Parts: sequence; structure tokens; C-alpha cells
Amino acid sequence: MSRRLPATPRSAATVPPPGLPGLDPRFSRLVDDGEATWHVLDTGAVLAEHGVEPVGTVLCVHGNPTWSYLWRRFAEQATDAALRGGPAWRVVAVDQLEMGFSERTGERRPLARRVADLGRLTDALGLAGPVVTFGHDWGGVVSLGWAVDHPELLAGVMLLNTAIHQPEGVPIPAPLRLALAPGVLPRGTVATPAFLETTLALASPPLPTDVRNAYRAPYRGSDRRGGIGAFVADIPVGPEHESFAELERIAAGVRALDVPALFVWGPRDPIFSDRYLDDLIDRMPHADVHRFEGAGHLVAEDADYAGVALAWLDERLPDGALSEAASGASHRGAPGIDRAEDPSHVRRPLWHHLDERADSDELALAELAPPTGPAPRRISWRLLSRRVHELAAGLVAAGVRPGDRVSLLVPPGADLTAALYACLRIGAVVVVADAGLGVQGLTRAVRGAYPHHVLGAVPGLTAARALGWPGRRISTATLPAASRRLLGVDHSFGELVALGRGRELPPEPAAGALAAVLFTSGSTGPAKGVRYTHAQLEGVRDVLAAQYGIGPGTGLVAGFAPFALLGPALGARSAAPDMDVTAPATLTARAVAAAAREVDATALFLSPAAVANVLATEQALGADERAALGGIRLMLSAGAPLSPTLLEGAAGLLPNASVHTPYGMTEGLLMTDVSLETIRDAATSGEEGVCVGTPAANVQVRISALDDDGRAVGELSDRPHVTGEIVVSAPHVKSGYDRLWFTDRAAVAGTPDDERWHRTSDVGHFDAEGRLWVEGRLPHVVVTAHGVVTPVGVEQRVETVPDVRRAALAAVGPRGTQHCVVVLETVAGVSQPRLAPADLASAVRTAAGLPVAAVLVVPALPTDIRHNSKIDRTRLSRWAEDVLAGGRMTAP
Amino acid sequence: MRVLVTGASGLLGGAVAAEIARRGHEVTTFQRRPSGVAGVADLLGSVTEPGDVARAVAGQDAIVHLAAKVSLAGDPADFTLVNVGGTYALLQAAKAAGVGRFVFVSSPSVAHTGDSIIGDDATPADPAHARGDYARTKAEAELLALAADDERMPVVAVRPHLVWGPGDTQLVARIVDRARSGRLPLLGHGAALIDTIYLDNAATGIAAALDRAPEVHGKAYVLTNGEPRPVAELIGGICRAAGVAPPEWRVPAGVARTAGAAVEAVWRVAPGEDEPPMTRFLAEQLSTAHWFDQRRTRAELEWQPEVSLDEGLRRLAEWYSSAPGGSRD
Repeated sequence: MSRRLPATPRSAATVPPPGLPGLDPRFSRLVDDGEATWHVLDTGAVLAEHGVEPVGTVLCVHGNPTWSYLWRRFAEQATDAALRGGPAWRVVAVDQLEMGFSERTGERRPLARRVADLGRLTDALGLAGPVVTFGHDWGGVVSLGWAVDHPELLAGVMLLNTAIHQPEGVPIPAPLRLALAPGVLPRGTVATPAFLETTLALASPPLPTDVRNAYRAPYRGSDRRGGIGAFVADIPVGPEHESFAELERIAAGVRALDVPALFVWGPRDPIFSDRYLDDLIDRMPHADVHRFEGAGHLVAEDADYAGVALAWLDERLPDGALSEAASGASHRGAPGIDRAEDPSHVRRPLWHHLDERADSDELALAELAPPTGPAPRRISWRLLSRRVHELAAGLVAAGVRPGDRVSLLVPPGADLTAALYACLRIGAVVVVADAGLGVQGLTRAVRGAYPHHVLGAVPGLTAARALGWPGRRISTATLPAASRRLLGVDHSFGELVALGRGRELPPEPAAGALAAVLFTSGSTGPAKGVRYTHAQLEGVRDVLAAQYGIGPGTGLVAGFAPFALLGPALGARSAAPDMDVTAPATLTARAVAAAAREVDATALFLSPAAVANVLATEQALGADERAALGGIRLMLSAGAPLSPTLLEGAAGLLPNASVHTPYGMTEGLLMTDVSLETIRDAATSGEEGVCVGTPAANVQVRISALDDDGRAVGELSDRPHVTGEIVVSAPHVKSGYDRLWFTDRAAVAGTPDDERWHRTSDVGHFDAEGRLWVEGRLPHVVVTAHGVVTPVGVEQRVETVPDVRRAALAAVGPRGTQHCVVVLETVAGVSQPRLAPADLASAVRTAAGLPVAAVLVVPALPTDIRHNSKIDRTRLSRWAEDVLAGGRMTAP
Repeated sequence: MRVLVTGASGLLGGAVAAEIARRGHEVTTFQRRPSGVAGVADLLGSVTEPGDVARAVAGQDAIVHLAAKVSLAGDPADFTLVNVGGTYALLQAAKAAGVGRFVFVSSPSVAHTGDSIIGDDATPADPAHARGDYARTKAEAELLALAADDERMPVVAVRPHLVWGPGDTQLVARIVDRARSGRLPLLGHGAALIDTIYLDNAATGIAAALDRAPEVHGKAYVLTNGEPRPVAELIGGICRAAGVAPPEWRVPAGVARTAGAAVEAVWRVAPGEDEPPMTRFLAEQLSTAHWFDQRRTRAELEWQPEVSLDEGLRRLAEWYSSAPGGSRD
């Protein structure tokens, strides 16, 4: 195939024209390296002018077809931070030769030459180190080449979307295949600005015209665009390509880099997808990663990459050098919190009971509606243990390695239980995102976690195929050859079990090894992956055992998937009732009773939505079914607060049960516990919010008080009647967010370095008896001119108005002078959103007890998909602000 | 202090003169017609007559300047003559006479370019973008007044927003009259948040600016009740206070956005009729949000509105029910 490109006429380097938006002309300079002249942005002179001595240099290398303009915000923010007295990083952002405003020499510059070019420039600049490289796109490769060649200067590497390796057997991204096609390359990249325009179009939100024009500025006319085409032609698509060897050399060299690394990624990139991020993580497992969900290839335009990079430099390389404390900061840990590190703690892995009872014929699992047919499936400990062992060994034999990520797209039941324990046992990391995220949310979650294997039933595999999720495919069922091909399935459970039979298992994973990535509900922004180690999952099991006495001898009916999986870890015999797990609100009382009878149930776990339907179908129960429910001593409803009405109803249905509704979140599944008795008792106390009881076993709860601006800045405290962010610590709190370094940092800000805490983003307070009251979400706090308002108390008072079914507090206006707006669902209902009638508005204002600017009635409040109960007040506030500004009265 | 209040024959000017007098100051009013305010001396004259102005400012310690041309009709030059020329003459005369403080009563319209105002503080007056002759000339006058600020004569600008109360012939009476005669069909959903100021609060706010002039001079402040409400609720509340059925709000098919123009058609007045500025500007006021950040105003003027919106409506209802025939046209 011909890659011949027209020769580019020579032209000298220049500085950019004045007036490009956001570009400080003081940074532009020309540097002659003896062979050619470069245009670079260099903040060194401005720093020197202010007498600021840099701690090091960040060497920024743009990709194709951009130029150093890409780094303008980083240069500006780094300089601002330095002049404010922060650590001073000099920024040197180059225009690569033949690109931007650097010289057009007319010469070919394959990768190896570009790496050498950059080295010649840094020699000419006399860069002494420490140097942190920062690259984007193919500039990432060039910057890593420089990094590999300059270990004596290198202090760290930072990357935006890039790639250094094309996995074998994987086609290169379609847009590049097209750009490289014969005939397309010269026309698409040089003769016309098509490649440039396509790249600029990748920004999300779209770039303002003046910024677009700034990117175009050095590439006006085909004479200026030779470098763009040459760059595309230099993509080593195969071993025969002249740059292939250099790329391989760099890719291998990167594996040996042990400096701190930061990868900032925009996942909406048709070229550098998460596949390449995963490859980079594999090469530099110690790297900090932050994915900006929603950002794309031009992440430098789409997101605050500069803020993340500067925060990261502060934390990992304070004063330019690697700090001892900083190097361990990603493993914030936990004397006294992580009992894995406590020598007196005897670790019991999650599969402890599977090993202990490998020869027991007692019942371990009962599945009331198994995929195998209508009859209940009963599985003994012996069978479950053997199945897990064989499956685990089979997975290893099929190439699943410790640390590999496995997405489980299997409905709750025996298959999922076996798959989960098999993966955990061999040190694979299970990725669990439930259907409650919706297809889009689930796709984002799975893509972000980038599983190496997808283990699924047919519906899950079909979705994986249709939505282009990554990972090798393993099917729970043995499929006909045609289906296998269609779904891209490599193995089935049956084959793996056969493969694993008689094989030894690998060594057990360490307590501190990553075990699972669980996804949040996404009720407050895109779902986040939450990382759990084995020790932390063992902590979840232990808190359930300690708080509720669940263990061997317990008969557990689990209508709530996360807890259903813990049955074998707890040593309890567990039953999954006949239900559609994607629609918990369809669980019937009879289905619960049937499951209860099967395991002689003493404990029942349900989601709030399921509780409502179980109570609604209570009349259908016969006397023997009621008797089976009579054995239940404990009922737990987790996931969202349960209304007192439902709690009372549950207590009526289960006459011998203590009814509990614990408080927790994906990041810490059980933080406090409250019983119906406590809730009854608390109802008369006049406190604001929802009473969620007292801290569960092994849990510490503190409050970080809100200031007048509604920011949670207070020292952690357990003083009563102080409203602030709820901050928790426990052995079973998450280890961090997955590939969200910046978010992770925010979630532990202001907490002790040597303990693992989590800022919940919930606000609340303790009462004088030490009970915790949740008052809403931190982002939903309203900051008025008269003070801070938390939502739940107001909503509860408004909900005492007879016509009101459900109320939500929204806010309009700038923070600090916001006004409260109440949005209602009424008992009678409305078909269109509207202002509340005068008498209702008046009753709501009286009940609210604080100034309310407007009362609006809507057909339905926006809620999360998973629980249909968490109101999205942020979205509601945006809607209210538009409507109350005179905009269209649409549905929120 | 000896205080000159100009424009005291209007509703707000009268209330301001009375409030300042109540605080123990010696008040003279200056306008073409008698003020009708008890306990003050009236000096009749015009701000456009240099002789009148010189007489008025002589011996005064302070001036509160409300006199302005607010009517719809008329030559743009008249607005300039009264609002800009009158203010300029008064400022010059005041300086010459050694007056010690000057409060310029302005309007938020001086900085309003037609967009929604959602919790903004006072921004600089902008004659080039102000809408209509009244707003433009008030903007020019405010800039003149603030430019005259110095050590010897501190100047403050205050901008009360949509003043209403018993006796108001502008906003309140027009709404009530039209609603009573069934001529108030309002278009749109009526949800735009509007902040207003009850008459008594506007008077105390202006008096506070007079008190605080030496500390806060050179600045402009918006004055409101700090209680934004959907415009439908405000108009409904005023109608109910007057014992009139509130108008229906309708969203006709095809009206995508509440149309300022459509509301304007309702409010339009016949040419030549000397009416308050119930023009496109007010129409916009009634269909887009207009509420302000009052934190700086309250902190720096050391002022709080004493009459809440609900209390104001109660007082309005009382006034209507005590008025013979329920009408005070």
C-alpha cells in the first residue's frame, strides 16, 4: 500500500499570532536545537521574573493533529499556583517539528527520530530535572520514549488518552484504518484539513469557534499540514512498519519505569479506548488513574485535567521529589481498621465454610426457581464446595489469572454464587454492576472497569455482544456451536468444571488483594466503581455476623442480591426466592414463604421495593405459609430507608421478627443499624431527618460540620446536634474508587492519613442519645442568605400536608443567596407540571417553616433507577431554575 | 439634619419624606405639586429650573433625589431634560451649596438588558443597553451621581425594585382594575420568580442609605423584600387583597416560551396617555425571573425589610376593605 506523501516545503518556526484565546503570549519562545527550530510554551521566564525557583519541569508533548495550545490551561494554572506560593512547576510544552508553529524541515520523522528530536531539544534547553513527562495521543508515545531514555532526569509520567501497544489480533481502531487506507491518507490528512477537523469535532461539549480556530491556526494550507499526514503514516500497524521496533522498545521500557504515574482518560474516544488504558495499567500497575466519564479524546478540552494533574503533582511529588509518605498514600490503610494487618486477627477467607464443610451433606443453597426447571434446586455444602473448586481450577486452566477482572452477568442463584466464590478463590477481581443502572449506565460501568473476562448467562452475553463490552466470554450454559460463535463464547461452565476436575487450586490471594469492583447506583451522577479487597469483603461478612448473629444455623431468605451472595461466606443456609431480580417490586409474599419453608428460615433480607409488594400480596398466604414466616426472627431491609408504614407492616407480617433497616452505601454496606422499636421511640423526638440508629459493629461514624457556605469542612466529631457530612470508618469500608483518583482523594479529604475513612456525601447529625439522623445529600444542601438548609426535614414536614404524596426540596439561584423551592407529587396527581394552587402553596409554606419562593406540582419526581426512591434533587433544581426563570414548563 | 427630598408628591417620594421626618430630621420637599406629607415643608418648583434648584438646595445638609419623569408618553428629549439634566443641575447646585450627602433613588432597570436576573447583586448602570428612555436616562443620571461622589459629598445610589403598597396607582391599581373588568388575561405559566419591595420597606431602605452614606458612598444597592415569588402568585395575592378574582393564566398552544411581547400587548397603553412605564420593560419583568442577591445591601446599609410580603398583602387587603366602594382609583 502506498503511503507516499507530498514533500512539505521548508518554512521557519514562528511564534503564534497574538490573541489566541487562553494562550499567554509571554510563554511562547523559539528554541534552536542545532538542527531545527522549535516553538515551545515555556513558563520558565515568567517564574524567573517573579523570582520563583521551579521544583521541576513538566515536559508536555502534544499529539496529532494538535499543538502546544492543547496545554495552555495546564501552563496557566501551574504558573498561577506557583505565583501563589505553591510548588512551582515549570511547564515546557513543545510544538513537535513539522507541527504547530515549529519549523517545517521537509524531512521525514519516524518515531525513533521524534524521540531523539525531543532529547535534543531538552539538551538545548538544559533541562536538569526532575522532569515529569505529560503526553497526549501520539505525543504520549514520544514523551514515554523520552522518559525511557532519560531515567536520570525522570521523576514521573503523566498521560492523557494515548496508546503504546497494539494488542495482537486486535484490529486497529476503525477511524485510523480509514485514515490509513490507500488514497485516503494524503487526501484526508494533508490536501484537506479533514483529519484535523475530525479531531476537533471529538470535543464534548463542542469547542467554541475561537478555540477551534486557534487549533487550526498553524495548519492553514496544505503546505502546513505535511506533518499531520506524516504522523498518521507513522502509526506502526504491523511488524513490517519502520516504527514498529521503536514502539516495542518503548512499550517494554515503560514496564520498567517505577516513577509515579498518572493516567487521565476521556473514555468517549473512538481511537484510544479503555483497551489502551488497560494495557497501560498492566504495564504500570502502580499508576494513579482518573477517568472523566463523559469526556473524550480531547480530554484536555473536555475536563479539568490541569486541576487533576496539579493536585497529583502536589500529592505524589511534593517539592519535585517523591515523598515517602506520598508513595504509600494510595494504600491508605489502617492499623486497627484493617484487621488484615492486625497480627491478633485470625483471617477467615470468604470460602472458609466451603472448605470446612466440604464433606457435609447439609443444605447450603436452595434455589426456588432455578434456570434448570420448575423444581427447587437444593445444593449441599459438599456439592457447592466441589463445584466452586472445580470451576476455580477450570478458570485458571482456561487462562484467568490473579488480578484479572471478571464481569459477572449472571442472575442471582447457584450459578452466580459458584462463579463468585470461584473467582474470589483464585484471586480474580469480580466486577458487579446490576441491571438497576439501566443499559447505558451498565455499559459505562462495564467499559470503565474493563473486564478481561465476561462470565454470563445468555441474556448477559447477548447484551455484552450487542453493546460491544470488552472481555473474553464464558457462558454459564453449554451452548450450541452457532450460538457460541454468535456470542463469541470461548468456554462454558460445564467445560470449565470438567477442565478443573482433579486439578489443584493456586495459592489463596492475600487479604489485601483486590477482590471486587462494585458499582454505585448512579443516583448522583455516573455510577462509580468501588474497590473492595478480600479483607474488606470479609469485613462485610463479619459485621453481619456480629451485628445480627447470622452464621451456621441461620436459615436465610435473600430477596436482595448483594446479601444473597454472602450466605455461604456466613455459613448460613440460604434460599433465593422465585423472583425477577431486575424487578424486586414483583416479589410476592407466597414466594417468600416458599423460600422460607425450604431453608427453615430464621432471617429475611429484602429491598425496600420488595417489602412493599410482599405486604401488598399478604392476603394470598395460607396458614402453613404464615407458619413458615413465623420462624423468622430477623428482617433486614437495606438499600434505602424504609418508611415507618412499611416497617410496621413488615412487623405485622412477621410476628416473631425484629425488623431492622440498616444504613449504608455501596462504599460501606452496613454503617448503622436501627430497629423498628428505635424508630418508634425516635419518632417523638422532634429531630430533623431520618433516624438510622447507632453505628454497627466495628463501625465509627463522625460528623464533619458544614460551614456557612454549606461545605463540610469541620473536624471529625461525634458531638450531638451538629449538622455535617457523615464520615465513616470500618474494616468493611471500601479501599477506594476504581480509576477515579481525583474522586477518591475527595472522598478521604480531611480524614486521618493512617486510617481508612469514607466521606459519604450524606449530611446528618447525632442526637443526644447517639443516634444518627440523615438529613439528605451534601450536594442537595441549600445555601440561603440566612443559612444552610438540609432537605429531608423540610420534606418530611411538607409531607404532613394532607394533599401531598411526596415532596422534594430544590434550590434556585447562586449558592449563598439561594431560595428554597418545594416540588410535590400530590395525592390527586397532575398530568402536567404547574404552580401549586394558592391554598396548597400556603399550606406547604406553613408546614415547611422556612421561606419558600415557589411551590410546584409535578406528575412524578425524578428518582434513581435502582431503588425508585432516591430523588435527584440536583436535576430537580436545574429544572426549577429554568421554569422559574420563565422557561418552558416541561416535566422535570 | 436638614434634608431635601425631591419628587415627594409621588407614592414612594411621599413615604420617604415621611420616614425621614419620622426619624427626627427637618425635611423640605421639592416638586411641582404639593406633597401632601404631614410635618414637612413643601417647596414647589422644577429640577429643570436653575433658580428653583438653587433655592431648594440652599442650607440643606442632605438631598434624597427621587424626582424623575417616569411616564410613557413624550419626547425622548424630555426624559433627558428631566432625568439627566435635572439630576446634573441638582448635583452641581448641591456641591456649590456645600450639601454633605446625596442619595440618588434609581431603578434596577438601569442595569437590566432584558435577560433573567437570578440572584445577581447590583451591576453597573449601562445606558447603552438599558431598555427604553426611562431606564436609559436613569442609568445616565446614576452614573453622573456616582461620578460626583467625593469626600465632601458622599453619594449613594439605591434601586428599589417594583415598589407596591396601599395607594399605589401604578402596579397595584392597574392589576386590580383590569382583573375587575375581566381584562387581565395573562399568557404563560406565571412561574417566573419576581422580587418586589413593599412601600414601607423601600422608604426605610432609602432612609438607611441616607444614614449610611458616609460609609457606603460611591456604591449602588438594589432594594427588595428578598422574597421572590412566582408572578402568578404575586398578581393573585394582590387581586385577592383587593377582593377581586385572580386572573386565569393560560398557556396557548404554540407559545413555546412565555412571550414578553404577548404580555406587553395586554399592558399596552394608548399613545398620548400619560401612564407609568408599563411597557415592554415591565412585560419582560413579568415573564422572566427578576430577583436579587440582597446580602451586600442588608449588611452594608444595616437594613432589614420590616414588612414581609404576606404582611404587606394583609395591609393592602385592609386598605382595600376600608376604602369606600373598595376602589381607590
